[in-house]
Amino acid sequence: MDFIPSEEHAMIRRQVRQIAAGFDLDFWRDSDKHKRYPHEFFDAFAAAGWLGIAIPEAYGGSGLGIVEACILLQEICASGAGTSGAAPIHFSIFPPMPVVKHGTEEQKRAYLPKIADGTMKLGFSITEPDAGTDTTRITTRAIREGDHYIFNGKKIWSTNLQNADRTLILVRTTPYEEVERKTTGMSLFLMDLKSPGITIREIEKLGRHAVDSNELFMDNVKVPASDLIGEEGQGFYHLIAGLNPERLMVAAEAIGIGRAALDLAVKYANERIVFNRPIGKNQGIQFPLADAYSKLEVADLMVQKGAWLYDQGMPCGAEANMAKLRAGADAFEACDAALQTLGGMGYAKEYHVERLWREIRLYKIAPVSQEMCLNYIGEHVLKLPKSY
Amino acid sequence: MKIAVLMKRVPDTASVLKITPDNKSVDMANLKFVMSPYDEHAIEEALKIREAGKATEVIVFTVGPEGSQETIRTALAMGADRAVFVKEDPSRFNSKGIAEMLAAAVKTEGPELVFAGKQAVDDDASQVPERVAELLDLPHASIVTKFELNGRAATVEREIEGGSYTVEVPLPALFTMQKGINTPRYPTLPNIMKAKKKEIKEFSLADLGLDAAKLVSGLEVSGMSLPRANRLNKILDGDSTERVKKLLTILREEEKVL
Repeated sequence: MDFIPSEEHAMIRRQVRQIAAGFDLDFWRDSDKHKRYPHEFFDAFAAAGWLGIAIPEAYGGSGLGIVEACILLQEICASGAGTSGAAPIHFSIFPPMPVVKHGTEEQKRAYLPKIADGTMKLGFSITEPDAGTDTTRITTRAIREGDHYIFNGKKIWSTNLQNADRTLILVRTTPYEEVERKTTGMSLFLMDLKSPGITIREIEKLGRHAVDSNELFMDNVKVPASDLIGEEGQGFYHLIAGLNPERLMVAAEAIGIGRAALDLAVKYANERIVFNRPIGKNQGIQFPLADAYSKLEVADLMVQKGAWLYDQGMPCGAEANMAKLRAGADAFEACDAALQTLGGMGYAKEYHVERLWREIRLYKIAPVSQEMCLNYIGEHVLKLPKSY
Repeated sequence: MKIAVLMKRVPDTASVLKITPDNKSVDMANLKFVMSPYDEHAIEEALKIREAGKATEVIVFTVGPEGSQETIRTALAMGADRAVFVKEDPSRFNSKGIAEMLAAAVKTEGPELVFAGKQAVDDDASQVPERVAELLDLPHASIVTKFELNGRAATVEREIEGGSYTVEVPLPALFTMQKGINTPRYPTLPNIMKAKKKEIKEFSLADLGLDAAKLVSGLEVSGMSLPRANRLNKILDGDSTERVKKLLTILREEEKVL
């Protein structure tokens, strides 16, 4: 056992922190207020080579693993950037994973270097209005016609589409009714968002206003067959291989956001004088912060374990789900305790905690709900009957 | 042409310092360390010269305890080619001893240019680079804000109070860099990866033919204290003219700073 961060990990953490520090809390408050995509932030990380962290070196990346991706995303969040800062970077790391694993040589050469240097931004389009967690029920249909497919259908909660060039999209190439196994007949594409027939409508939401979520409508969209990623009909399997690392990355992000909120709360509790003493002197203030901090640290150990297992090529489903469950809950608690510490000021935009509090709420829902994590643990770890 | 850059790791400028119980040094336990910010400017300037094709190699030199490798890797990740590491606890010595170690180490490489930050941000002594120049019998120019190579000489602008003046220095020579000369780059991720494979050559005092006993100077720290941080928290009332008058009275009569 060894818990000392390697020289390389320490340096990754420090350098990410340094770049992120160039974008202060006011930058993020303004980005949130004006729904402004953080292009400068994205470009700074692109210029320093961070977007290609998990892309193989042969395609312009650095070929590192999920352990390192988690450090990167966590430090971005811990800077106070929140998920508004993490999401743009996250979407250069997660959606390309099936391309790295299952893409053709031609696709890898066409897309990966551009993703690594930030000239191509990606979205992610899986969920549909009538198919959320039950992904097999998607109905967006792709019908092959010669050297291309015709797409019809709609997606919801497609992130990043306002700025993305392409989106990773899961469609049915064989309808649900016609497949023997419901998890087959689905295919992954990297669809060009400028194709005729595409309409994108942004969804008004609770937080993370700097980065968009959308509805995506496809009306006879012509998608070249060369944009199919991996094998036709196997898209679901190509996709789920990337879900555990995504859960781990999101858990790492949540912990970062929780830490940022606690930092703000501790600073405030040390400075705010009421009844002639700093409020941080009161156990009623201290204990919730100490409790939240310890929970975040514990959740982080599970993130590291899961990420390490994944990078070793070992199963990590239990760890990824437990990490996401704990981090989602504990980071919300941390942000809530921080907001309570600031009292009325916690409710004011000027003090930043309310933004983190709104943003962190997402991580109890996405990319998988807390309840589905519990289902996984109940069924696959504890071996209880499947409950749904 | 080789460029040597003298680098010092210092406590992270954001860290909260504690003094040891004997009041003679900073408690180094649990501190985070960074490269002294002026040294970042020295490295950046050296890298720019190499990238312009006017130097072949940038070599970083440092004296420090085990654990300094992390800061050295940062310099290598910025783009320095390799490093020479005198592994010695610097707290046993002061500027004289450190300068002698660095001079001996630099001598093993014979660089044409030696760069350093104008001072380290921990002790602010501004001693080591100038001492190294003396020990190596090199001309030097300090607090440089502009650097230009002209064949076998360098034309540099030095900052002086209220202005600057320009000097030409024949090479080999040593220069200390002021902030403003350039903007140090961030190590990119690909360069962080490359830094892992770069050489860090380690020297002990014995390797350099030095004797610790002879490196100690007569200078001894007799006491150390943290700056007083108590605020007066006085709020002056009245209109602005009255407030200025009150402030001046306090500064003159109570605090006696005017």
